[in-house]
Amino acid sequence: MLKILHMTVNGKAEELAVDVRECLADTLRERLGLTSVKKGCEVGECGACTVLIDGKAVNSCCYLSVWAEGHSVLTVEGLKGPNGELSPIQTAFIEEAAVQCGFCTPGIILTAVEIVGQNRPYTREELRKLISGHLCRCTGYENILNAVERCVAENLARQNAD
Amino acid sequence: MYDIEQYYQAQSVADAVAALGRDPAAMPIAGGTDVLIQTREGRHAGCHLVSLHGLGELQDIRWEADGALVIGSGCTFSQITRSPLLQGRVDMLCQAVDQVGSPQIRNMGTLGGNVCNGVTSADSAPSLMAYEAELELQGPQGARRVPIGQWYTGPGKTVRGHEEVLTAVRISPQNYEGFSGCYLKYGKREAMEISTLGCAVLVKLTADRSAVEDLRAAFGVAAPTPVRCPRTEAMASGRALDEALVKELGQSVLTEIQPRDSWRASRDFRLQIAKELCRRAFRRAVELAGGEIRA
Repeated sequence: MLKILHMTVNGKAEELAVDVRECLADTLRERLGLTSVKKGCEVGECGACTVLIDGKAVNSCCYLSVWAEGHSVLTVEGLKGPNGELSPIQTAFIEEAAVQCGFCTPGIILTAVEIVGQNRPYTREELRKLISGHLCRCTGYENILNAVERCVAENLARQNAD
Repeated sequence: MYDIEQYYQAQSVADAVAALGRDPAAMPIAGGTDVLIQTREGRHAGCHLVSLHGLGELQDIRWEADGALVIGSGCTFSQITRSPLLQGRVDMLCQAVDQVGSPQIRNMGTLGGNVCNGVTSADSAPSLMAYEAELELQGPQGARRVPIGQWYTGPGKTVRGHEEVLTAVRISPQNYEGFSGCYLKYGKREAMEISTLGCAVLVKLTADRSAVEDLRAAFGVAAPTPVRCPRTEAMASGRALDEALVKELGQSVLTEIQPRDSWRASRDFRLQIAKELCRRAFRRAVELAGGEIRA
């Protein structure tokens, strides 16, 4: 049951054949080689497969690929700068030691992209709720929250400076 | 790969109704956060799906001339929570759907799916019962409206006909204007948790804010379907805001619910939290309404 799918992935227009039974996590990993998208629970509980669709975080493991027709998908691969530089959010995760085994990291970074993109301050309690769709098996939540908090603050500082 | 045997993307509601009509085995899918997960578990092996995903005509939130709020069934939970039209009018619903699953799930799951899956644990259900929402269905014979009080027929079962598509949820002004409400959900975690028990209390106070004019109490997971508590509501009507009423509310709802033992919690525990959640939700609703509970 193949179908031609048109979507923008990390800023690039893609046209590819997908099976209608396929979930977006598989399409991104198997057909486009975007292996930052991790498959953890595959039932929408762990958040490792999180990608942004039109800027909103969704679990790509319970999202049919054909639903992405005409939409714009962002994975962590799409965050890198023109010369391969890390994004400020990724840098903050490294500097705050918010990465341990790294399996949950790509998903949480994308949720952080959505949060930071709101251009508003958040309390730590609000951030806790906003990252609650991600499970970190290393239980490194404190550093993750520190990193997200830092990304939000740095982004607001940049906005104010502009 | 999901075990899907046939898949059809509807181009409109009418198209979906026709597609469901052509295939007695077909099942509608919208956000996918229930259907796809159940498919992965093998519960719908070889399923035939009619997709309503992304249909623009189901994603509208309108405030009609008569004051009715009409929420398209395809609206996601996060669209509802963030809707400027719904905020300040049906806050209890906005807050209730903000407790479903996780932020990602709330960006995907739809209000229509939460209503159509017919489960007693749906986080929107107690609020919709309290607001006496009407459900708008489109079928081969045209449109009809069903009051949510007549919607559920059993666990996971509703009066929706096979070919019918839920298009919108309507809340009339007489059911939200002047009301304040609070939905409390009990779960072992604050995220990614199916409700152990949920309680919605909606109150309208008298003009001097000293007594209850109208009270509605509804529960999820306190019976095979979401339930209202009509005897408790009648008892509370006209009563002064005092601790005696708070106490009585908690006792009274216990005579109107039938929670069961399940692996998630025992019947006794559910009765205990039903009593407590109802009292807490009432206190909060009164506070939101600007009232004060006297000793």
